[in-house]
Order: sequence, then C-alpha cells, then structure tokens
Amino acid sequence: MSPAFADRLRAYAPMLAAAALLALTPLAISANTVLNAMVLALLIALAGQGWNILAGYGGQFSFGHAAFFGTGAYGTAILQARFGWNAYAAFVGAIGAGAAVGGLIGFLSFRAGLRGSYFALVTLAFAEVLRIVANAAWFTGGAAGALLKLDVRPENFQFSSRATFFWIALGLVTFAMLATRALERRRFGAYLVAIRENEDAAKALGVDTLKVKLQAIALSAAITAAAGAFYTQYFLFVDADIAYGNWISVEALLAPIVGGLGTVFGPLLGALALHGLAEGAKALTGRIPGLDVALYGSLLVLAIAFAPNGLRGLLGRLGRGLSFGRAS
Amino acid sequence: MFAPEIVIAAIINGLLTGAVYALVSVALTLVYGVLHIINFAQGAMLTAAMFAAFFAQQAGVDPLIAVFGLAPLFFVLGYAMQRYLIGPASHGKDSNILLVTLGLAIVIENGLLVAFGSDTRTIDVPYGFSSVDLGYVFLPMPRVIAFGVTCVVAAMLWALLNRTDTGKAIRAVAREKLGAALVGIDVNHVYAVTFGIGAACLAVAACVLLPSYYVQPRAGDAYILVAFTVVVLGGMGSVPGAMIGGLLIGIVESLSGLYFGESLGQLGIFLLFILVLLVRPTGLFGARA
Amino acid sequence: MTKHNAQTTRRGALKAGAAFAFGALALPGYLRAEAASVKVGVLQPLTGALAFDGQAGQLGADLAIKAVNAAGGIKALGGANLEAVIGDARSTPDGGSSEVERLAGEGVCAIVGGFASPICLAATQAASRYDLPYIVDVGVNDQIVSRGLKNTFRFAPGASIVSAQALDNLVKLNDAAGKPIKTVVLVHEDGLFGSGLAKLLEAELPKRGFEVIDNIAHPTPSRDMSNIALEIKAKNPDLVIPSSYYGEFVLLARTMQQQHIKPKGIFAVLNGAASNYRFVKEFPEAAQYVIDTNHWYDPRNETAIALKKEVDGMGKFFTYNVALNYSAILLLADAIERAASADRLKIIEALESSSFSKHIMPYGPTKFVNGQNTGAAPVNTQVQDGDIKVIFPDAFANAKPVFPVPA
Repeated sequence: MSPAFADRLRAYAPMLAAAALLALTPLAISANTVLNAMVLALLIALAGQGWNILAGYGGQFSFGHAAFFGTGAYGTAILQARFGWNAYAAFVGAIGAGAAVGGLIGFLSFRAGLRGSYFALVTLAFAEVLRIVANAAWFTGGAAGALLKLDVRPENFQFSSRATFFWIALGLVTFAMLATRALERRRFGAYLVAIRENEDAAKALGVDTLKVKLQAIALSAAITAAAGAFYTQYFLFVDADIAYGNWISVEALLAPIVGGLGTVFGPLLGALALHGLAEGAKALTGRIPGLDVALYGSLLVLAIAFAPNGLRGLLGRLGRGLSFGRAS
Repeated sequence: MFAPEIVIAAIINGLLTGAVYALVSVALTLVYGVLHIINFAQGAMLTAAMFAAFFAQQAGVDPLIAVFGLAPLFFVLGYAMQRYLIGPASHGKDSNILLVTLGLAIVIENGLLVAFGSDTRTIDVPYGFSSVDLGYVFLPMPRVIAFGVTCVVAAMLWALLNRTDTGKAIRAVAREKLGAALVGIDVNHVYAVTFGIGAACLAVAACVLLPSYYVQPRAGDAYILVAFTVVVLGGMGSVPGAMIGGLLIGIVESLSGLYFGESLGQLGIFLLFILVLLVRPTGLFGARA
Repeated sequence: MTKHNAQTTRRGALKAGAAFAFGALALPGYLRAEAASVKVGVLQPLTGALAFDGQAGQLGADLAIKAVNAAGGIKALGGANLEAVIGDARSTPDGGSSEVERLAGEGVCAIVGGFASPICLAATQAASRYDLPYIVDVGVNDQIVSRGLKNTFRFAPGASIVSAQALDNLVKLNDAAGKPIKTVVLVHEDGLFGSGLAKLLEAELPKRGFEVIDNIAHPTPSRDMSNIALEIKAKNPDLVIPSSYYGEFVLLARTMQQQHIKPKGIFAVLNGAASNYRFVKEFPEAAQYVIDTNHWYDPRNETAIALKKEVDGMGKFFTYNVALNYSAILLLADAIERAASADRLKIIEALESSSFSKHIMPYGPTKFVNGQNTGAAPVNTQVQDGDIKVIFPDAFANAKPVFPVPA
C-alpha cells in the first residue's frame, strides 16, 4: 500500500478499533438497563466531542453548549411534528439548525472580541435566553414541550431494540472521533491550536482568526446538535429544561475535561468514566437521596486533584511508563 | 399602561431585591478580580449559609444576630476551602479550578440534600410582617433591613480594600500577582483571604435573605445567573461595580417583569447581559478584560 | 465404656435435636418459598427538586404494600407477598426512563408512580416497550393518557377534569353567595403544569360568566413575588386563582399579606401549598380561607382516617401523594388478584376491566376509559382555623365554605 494510505490507516486505526470493540457490547450484554445507560453515556460523549473541538482544540470555553444541544433537540421535534418531515431528514435539518445557531452566537461573540471568561459567560446567557424563549414560545409547544408520536418503525428513526440505538449512537461518536482526528491532521486544526495557544500571535502570523473560530464553533455546534436530535429520537419528548437546561452544558464540558481536553478519545473516555462512576455510586449508596451524587462530586474533585490531565493523561503516563525500556 | 405609582413601587421593589443581588455578586466579583476564577460553588455556598441561618433561627437566634457569628464562621470556611482544597487541587490550571468549584458545588448541594432533605423551609421573624408604609406600597421590613445591611457591608468593604494593609495586598495581587509576590506578599494567603471575604458576604446575604425567602438545597441556584449578570455589568473585580450593578439589575428585572410578565421578564436581564458583554465587556467600572 | 456410650448418645441427641430444630425453623421458610413474591415497581423522584413529593409517594406505596401483605398477600397466588422494587426518577424524565429499564429488567409486574407530568410521559412510554402496566399516581397533563398507550393507566383525575370540576364548584360557590365574584386574575407557574392549566381556565372562565382581567405567569423557581402582588393590587380582582408549586405560592401568599392585599377569595387549582398541612401550620394567617381544588383523601373513609393518624404519628405530612399511591397499590393488588397472575398483559386486562372501589380516595368505583379513571374527581378544600376541610362535593364535605372571605 502507498505510504500515504498507510499513514492514514495508522492515524484513524485507533478510533476504528475502539469503535469495533465497543460495538461488540450489545452482543455480550443484553441487559437493557446497561444498554440504556451506555446509550446515554454515548450521547453525552457526542455532546462533549462538540464542546471539545471548540474548547479543547480552540481554547474557547463555552458554558452554554445547551444552546446547540437544545436547537438540535427541538429542531428535529419541530420539523417532524409540525412540518411532517421524515425523521432522518429532520435529523440532518436539526444539525444544520445547530450549526447556524453556533455560527450566529460565534459571530456576535467573536466579532465583539470576547474571550476567556467573558466568552464563557455570554454562551451561558445565550443558552438561558433560548431556554426562556423555548418555554414561552408557541412553536416549541411552550411549557408543554414537544412530543414525538410513538410509532416504532425503522423509517421513523424509532427502534424497538436498544441495541440499534446503541449502534447508531456509537456510529455518530465514531464519526465525530474520526472528524476530530482529521482536524488534528489538517491545517485547520493547526490554526485552531495556534489560536488556543496565543491568539494574538496567530493573528500576527496571518491566520484569519475570526474565520477559523467561526468554523470551529459551527462544527462544534453541529456535533452537539446531533446529540440533541438523537436525544429526542430516543426519548420522544423534549421540553425547555431538557433541551436548553444547564445540565447538558455541564455534562458536555465535564466529559472532555475529565477524559482529556483536546484529545480525540477524551470525551468518550470521560463520558464512560463519569457515567460508570455515577452508576457505581448509585449502586453503593442505595436509598439515601443525594448521597450518590455527593459521592460523585467528591470523586470528581479528587480526580482533578490527582489526575489533572484527565484520564487520557493518566493513560498516556502509564503508556510512557510501559515503554520506558524502549528508546524514544 | 401602568399607573405611575405602580412603576415607582416596582422600582423601589427592584432596589430592595437588587440589594441582595449586590451582596451575592460582591462575593463573586471579589473572587474573580483577585483569583481570576469563576466560583461555580457560589450558589451552593449561599444555600449552605441559608441553612446555617435557618438552624440558628430554629435555635432561637434571629438571623440579624446570627450574622455576627455566621459571617466569621463562613470566612474561616471559605479561607480553608481555597487554601486547602481548591488551590492545591487545581494545580494552577484554570480549567481545573472550574472543575473543582463545580465538583464542590455538586458535593455541597447534595450534601445538604442528604443532611436536611429536600423540604422547602421558611422562617417567621417577629418583624416579618411589619412594613414601612409608603402610601401606595408597603415595604416589607425584612427587605428594608436587607437594603440597609447591604449599604453597611459596602462601606465596610470599601474601607477594608482601601484603608487597610490587607486590602492593599488584595489589590496588589489582583493587579499584578508576580509583582506582589516579589515584594513579599503571600499570594496563597491573599487568595484564601479573598475567598473567605466572599464567603462571609454570602453568609450576610443569606441572613438578610432568609426572612423573605425560603431555603431548600437548591435555593441558591436561582441567584447564580443573576450574580453573573451583575458582575459583568458592574465590571469583573469591581466591588462598587457589583453594588451598583446589583441595584441596577434589580430595577431592570422588576420593570421588565412588570411590562413583559415575570417569565419573559427574565429575558430582560439576560439580553442586557449579552448586550453589555458585546458592547462594553468591561462593564461600568471594570478593569480591562 | 459406659461413659463413652453416654457421651455418644448425648452428642447424638444433641445433634438430632439441632437437626430437628434447624428443620423446624427452616420449614416455614420452605413453605414460604412456595408462594414467591410478586415484584411491584415503585417509581418516584426521590432525589432532586421534587424529592419531597417523591418521598411522600413512596411512603404511600410502602404502607399499602405492608397492608396488603398483612392481610394475606395475593390469595389467588397462594398468599404471595407484594415486594416493592424502588426506583428513583431523580426528578428528570430520562432518570425516570432509565429506572423503568432497570425495573423492567428486575422483573416487576407493574410500575406505580411518577408524580411529575414530564417524568410520567417518558416513563409510561419506556414501560410500553415491555407491555409493562404503569399506573400514574399524580401527573395531570392530558397528554399522558391521550397517546393511545395500552399500558398506561391514570388513577387520579387529569387537568381537564380538575379544571372543569373546579369551575363548576366555583360557580356553585359564587351563586350561593349572591354572585360577588365577577373579575378574576390567574397566577400560574410557567412550566408544563401551570401553563396547561392556565390555558384551560382562561378558555373556560368566560363561558361561565367570569372576566379574566389578567393572566400572570412566573418561573419556577421564583425569587420574588412583589411585582406580581403589585399587579394584583393594581388590577384589584374579586378573585385570584393561583396554580403554583409550594415555594412560590408561599412567597405569594406572604407577599400579599405584607401588602395588605385581600381579594374576596383565593381559589386555587392544583396548588402545591394551598391544601398542604405544612403551609397551614407555618402560615396560619396567610393560609386562612384559601380554597384549593386538588387531590384529597376521602375524609369519611375509616382506613384513610387510621392511615392519616399513622402518618401523623411518624411525624410526616399526610399529603395527597401518600393517599394516591396507597390507593394505586391497592388497585394494582386487586388487579393482580383478579388476573390470578403476575403476567403483565393479564394485569393490563384486569386493570382495563377494573371497578375497584376499596380505595381511600373520594372517587366512585374505578372505571378506565382510554387509560383515564373516569370515576376520579378532585375535591375543594378550604383552610379554616388552622385545619384543612373539604367543602365540595357535598357527599364528602365536612365543613361549610366561608365565601366570600369576610372583610
């Protein structure tokens, strides 16, 4: 095979291998509770992958990724319920809507030169504005939310088998991983990282920082919107608090940070670890309300204290330790 | 559309509410200005303080008296939190600090849930239903007191920051951390003191807020976003900015609630927030970003 | 030699005795093992924002299961005991769905509970994938029973029944007092529950001769009710109809008291505080004469009275969550009894044809039409001198209404 092809294979193989491994899960485990938990974890991973592109690679920390998740969630619900679109077309439409909202927020914020905490806060505000509007507006169903009709047929993107949803979610996550890896290998990624490291220097070197940041936020928003649209298909009900609530903004940033900011596998590792931790805490603490979440929070703090580069960093260190014998 | 008395009453209501916003925001702006971190645990700390005030009241101590014990207590707790928990755990990285305060928020909130359950609890103070009669509107005494206390705290903070050595050290670290360290200021200590002052402010806010509100493990959540808005409006790191911003936001919220309905009225705050960020991110009194 | 024999005999006797005792102790267990327990899923928001209501719901379910087992369990299944499998919906719809998955996996024959409408919507749908019968305890949103899901049953009345009843009773009250009420202001929380209700009320009130002069929405949570109180003062309605959760109504009632706002009546619909003992205990002045249209237990039913005493004795409040879940479990037990099986589909059939009347709610016999119990109805309560009395319907009333509020 040609060296270019071999090179590409080496670059994308780890992602594909991981995906293949995970894909075996439904074959090994048939318990719906586990599959359900894993679908949720994959969903969060996907949302986190979107966030990771903007924050991990681009250095722009958003506290309001719910704005994109919610647009995806409502987008697909409204396109199907009000305009009668096909579920798959609606899915794509929702992603488009998410990207558009990302572009708009990005345009307003980046043009105004907002960075760091200011950018974080303005995204928080946008998400909150969307939540209030969605709760009041007629076309989102207002406070009653948007309900998708239960009609379990593959054409409707509704499946009776949890496993099918699992594989679709896995497919989306894999696609996002490949896209992130591709980004790492391209000039776009280099520009993005340059902006993260020192935006002014990057600009001085001739990088069109505004354009690159806009592209990054649009991509980021699209991926997170896909997670939102998938949520709607899975639960068939969405309201303003689910779609634009603070919970998803937090989950979308927790997973990549815990798993490894600015890495391809970070969001996936983080999501699986966090959700595994949560389930474990739940199992350990039984019926005392709140104890499992308190435990979860403590573990989070401990994790940060002792593994500041996230899980990916930990694994990296382990890997280096293992290969100590070989010449670097 | 509304009679002038109503509008004036709304403005006065807004001022009273804004006073509490100001107190809560001062904590946030101080921590941001000096440590350059956004304290995600703010809401949870406020809730914890409210629970403390609640139990003090149940034990027979009125919140206005309890505050003299709770403020120092929370100062110590805040100091310890920053010095021995947040500081060391974050290894200096901004993203880690975010996570740590977030994790702390989760722990505190759910710890309160485990300890005290999720019931909404209210207290009744002897002056709870007395009011200042302004003719058209009655100003509930607890809120008037809150306003007064805020003014006192504002004055005290100003004196602290501008007239004491500690204040000088805090301002030095806020402006130029390296330089401050070079002249012998213990930066970690200053960080912890600042965090402690912030926590103490939250304790005061809790004591004046409790008679007019209720407490349950998520009570503080409702104040987080508003506090952020105030801090940005007033200028991150500016204490007078937080004070005035708080009052201003209180009025804006009150008026937009009146004209657009309470639910959409919340929009008014956030749109103002976004506008300020886009047009003048340094806020009314802030230093440059 | 003799000693050795004696010892052996004694040891042998000991051994035999131990074996006999062991067998005797184990025997009932062996007998018990014949009647395996029937697992019932109890799904409530035990943590998170709705934990207070969720825990009350669980209490009701637990007490009912205890009662059923004490009375001999499910006789058609050999005296099988009901076994509660508790699920915590974490006050979110996806929390509810996840727990449904778990409960289904653990082999429950049915699920009772949910409490909040969004949770019920998601959970009933998840349960339908397994043909798992689901009895909704409270969730009033009408969409819950209008999706054509065969597994979903709602024992309590929904929003449209409650608001229709509320308005009928309001008209009765108003007529009996000489029609003092003409203008109404609606105050509601802007979520699923409040907005839906307000829309219904706004449409129906004019048809019965009332004028809605304002419809005020507020978020949950709300920090402050001063402006709403101001607006009410400005509009000066005869009647205020609030539909909010506990915290917000307490804030509103207190603010109105502070501002000396006294309409001719406060007539609440499905309010979180207006028929809540804790509210009455903590704010007797603000609560006085407040009328609510809500779920309530049958005040003349002896089981209910005894149950209330038991719950009061535990130091807990006997809220409608307790009574509704208690009754729902009894309903389920009856269905399992009639189906003589723990098979899910058979239980669904049994529920569909149920005419259960041994519950503790002020309903007639149960009758499910498209999943909604048409025998269910709300009552009107009024706070009178620190106690909550039932004023409508007459069949269950234990006090006369005080209306309008004396000036």
